[in-house]
Amino acid sequence: MDNRGIDFGFGFLKQEASFDMQFTLLDYDGQDSYAWAYVVALLNTLLVSFLGIIFCTILGVIIGVARLSQNFLIRNSAAWYVEFFRNIPLLLQIFFWYYAALRALPLPETAEPWFGVTYMTIKGYYIPSMIWENLNVFLSCLIAAIVSIIFIRIYARKLQEREGKQLPVFYISIGLLIILPLLSFLIGGVKLDFELPVLKQLAQTSFIFEGGIALPPELIALVVALSLYTSTFVAECVRAGIQGISKGQKEAAASVGLNPNQILKLVIMPQALRIIIPPTTNQYLNLTKNSSLAAAIAYPDLVLVFAGTALMQTGKAIEIVGITMLTYLTISLSIAALMNWYNKRIEIKEK
Amino acid sequence: MNISLSKIKTSNPIINIYIGSFLLSLAIFDVFVYSFFNLNITSFLPGNLNLFFPLIIGFIGLSFIRMEYSGIKLVDNINKHINPSNFNALLTLLIIFTVLKAIPPALSWMVLDANISGDTKAACTGTGACWTYIKVWFKRFMYGMYPNELHWRINSAFILVIALGFVGYFFKENLKKYLALYYVVIYPIIAFLIIYYLISGGSFGLVWVETGAWGGLSLTFIVSFFCLIFCFPLGMILALGRRSNLPAVKYVSICYIEFWRGVPLITVLFMSSVMFPMFLPEDFFMDKLVRVIIAITLFEAAYCAEVIRGGLQALPRGQYDAAKSLGMGYWKMHIFVILPQALKLVIPGIANTFLALVKDTPLIFVVGLAEIAGMLALAKTNPKWLGFAMEGYIFAAIIFWIICYAMSKYSYNLEQKYKTER
Repeated sequence: MDNRGIDFGFGFLKQEASFDMQFTLLDYDGQDSYAWAYVVALLNTLLVSFLGIIFCTILGVIIGVARLSQNFLIRNSAAWYVEFFRNIPLLLQIFFWYYAALRALPLPETAEPWFGVTYMTIKGYYIPSMIWENLNVFLSCLIAAIVSIIFIRIYARKLQEREGKQLPVFYISIGLLIILPLLSFLIGGVKLDFELPVLKQLAQTSFIFEGGIALPPELIALVVALSLYTSTFVAECVRAGIQGISKGQKEAAASVGLNPNQILKLVIMPQALRIIIPPTTNQYLNLTKNSSLAAAIAYPDLVLVFAGTALMQTGKAIEIVGITMLTYLTISLSIAALMNWYNKRIEIKEK
Repeated sequence: MNISLSKIKTSNPIINIYIGSFLLSLAIFDVFVYSFFNLNITSFLPGNLNLFFPLIIGFIGLSFIRMEYSGIKLVDNINKHINPSNFNALLTLLIIFTVLKAIPPALSWMVLDANISGDTKAACTGTGACWTYIKVWFKRFMYGMYPNELHWRINSAFILVIALGFVGYFFKENLKKYLALYYVVIYPIIAFLIIYYLISGGSFGLVWVETGAWGGLSLTFIVSFFCLIFCFPLGMILALGRRSNLPAVKYVSICYIEFWRGVPLITVLFMSSVMFPMFLPEDFFMDKLVRVIIAITLFEAAYCAEVIRGGLQALPRGQYDAAKSLGMGYWKMHIFVILPQALKLVIPGIANTFLALVKDTPLIFVVGLAEIAGMLALAKTNPKWLGFAMEGYIFAAIIFWIICYAMSKYSYNLEQKYKTER
């Protein structure tokens, strides 16, 4: 290393980054340090992973349940969905959405509004942004609602153990979640305004939307591809979990007089989740790692910004690749540790 | 909302079936005519009703048909499989209508309005896909920048390697014990020599072609082939290492596996192309392709190891004890008793790992090796052929889909073949 003139050190993190990012969650400009660029890029990675995990879970659960449907058409459509999206490399899917599908969208000046106020254009998806007044009051109300729901759940469980009564916990929770934040609007002085995206002419033929939040096409392509791809694996996990419960469990539950809802909630789901959750967490981890493919379509994530641009500028290959790998390693290992803890908690305790 | 309550109560179910099937076929006919011939036979209805008319009619029709037992085989099958409840009937109709709506545009784009004749962009006049683009670039997608007149070298190398892969099937009974040796040691070496001398060239009067010119699907095959062969034995060793009684071996294996499983492949590839050369001696040069193959192999071996470990753990202790009581040592026990059973158990898992590997190979594009995704990116930005990204990606997707689907089906067959009752 020495004879190549490479000096090792992390001093560069304090230097000015002097490059710009297209899309950031926090304030960032070229004068900020490399360390700050790292944080901003990491947040972009986490944003993609977070959105991808939410959508792939929703899709995956629906498809997984549909694969067990008694309806021939639904079962087979779900099976073909899984076979289709699972067998095409993720990178190709991302490229397809980014270079082919999203490029077919209209220009800003010809875009038709979706749901009245959002615009899907070739330059991205424009949605209204929210402008809050007294946001902290609203948030504290929300937190209060969540805390009280937790307490009510504990109380309901105790009540059931002691007297066998069941509280309608679900409806109470929904009610609390709606009523408390609503109260904050009425009494707490919270105000919510929407800033709508407005079309603006820059030049003769150049239009742009201003105001609101612009989701860049890179983000959309990435989230769509990641969630479609990963949802097939989640669907398989869900299917395996539900199939793993023997029929006898259902029949036994029915014979002690539980109704179908109770069977699903008290007997099937707790057992199925035990099978579903570990492999699904693995898929979430894979999704997080796969989000690094963002670099291929120039979405400013950790790999592109830090292991790409910053590396080229500073030449600190060892430190930067090391930090990047360590970051992913930390995310993976901490989620794995969490999963192991959860597994221990829910595993069947045999005497 | 329960429409089946409003069903006309008749003693004769046949009438219900007639009414129901008439309404259902009316609904399907409406959608069919609208999507294929663009003819709206219900245009006399007001706005939204016009849109939902087939759905409502079909729904009522299906609820007429639904009954316990009708005696007609077709109707009973329909009721059992696609029409067991209101909710299912609605979903059934939605799926049928979506398919009917999607077929005409897809068909016209892919076949009817598509162009395949000619050699230039000018030949693409239709509104559909431009398969001319694929036709012209086909050789590039398959062989990369490899010189056109030398393609026979790649073809013959692949044929030779595949043929050698099948040699194992023809081994005589007394040679069977060398089968593993052949596949694990001899075959990779021969394959490497074939690919090195035939595709790279440089000796035997063949022109030298540097690896930078390799590309396209053939590069995908070369990379996946070598990674597949090398990652399996390495994974096996790691799996045994992780279950070893020697702490040093055990913890080294654990660290190795957890490290590679924790980082994304793309950073590993970056490392292999940017960082790795720095640790090499000054005068030592290692080809980028070789570095990438090593990186992917090391990466996938960790996943392979975890899968094999699962198989090892699933074996009952009795197998180990029985083997030991016969006086077998560590290696004998594992080679003859444990591994054959464990590997049989993990065939699906191994197949999944291999599939993941094949699907990961397009990633080498990010370090500048132009396999099929890279060639697509090149072709897409060629000034003579702008604007055909869709065709290119669909073509590549179809190729990969066929490869991966065939692999998963093959692994399923393998699983069925080696399935033994335990």
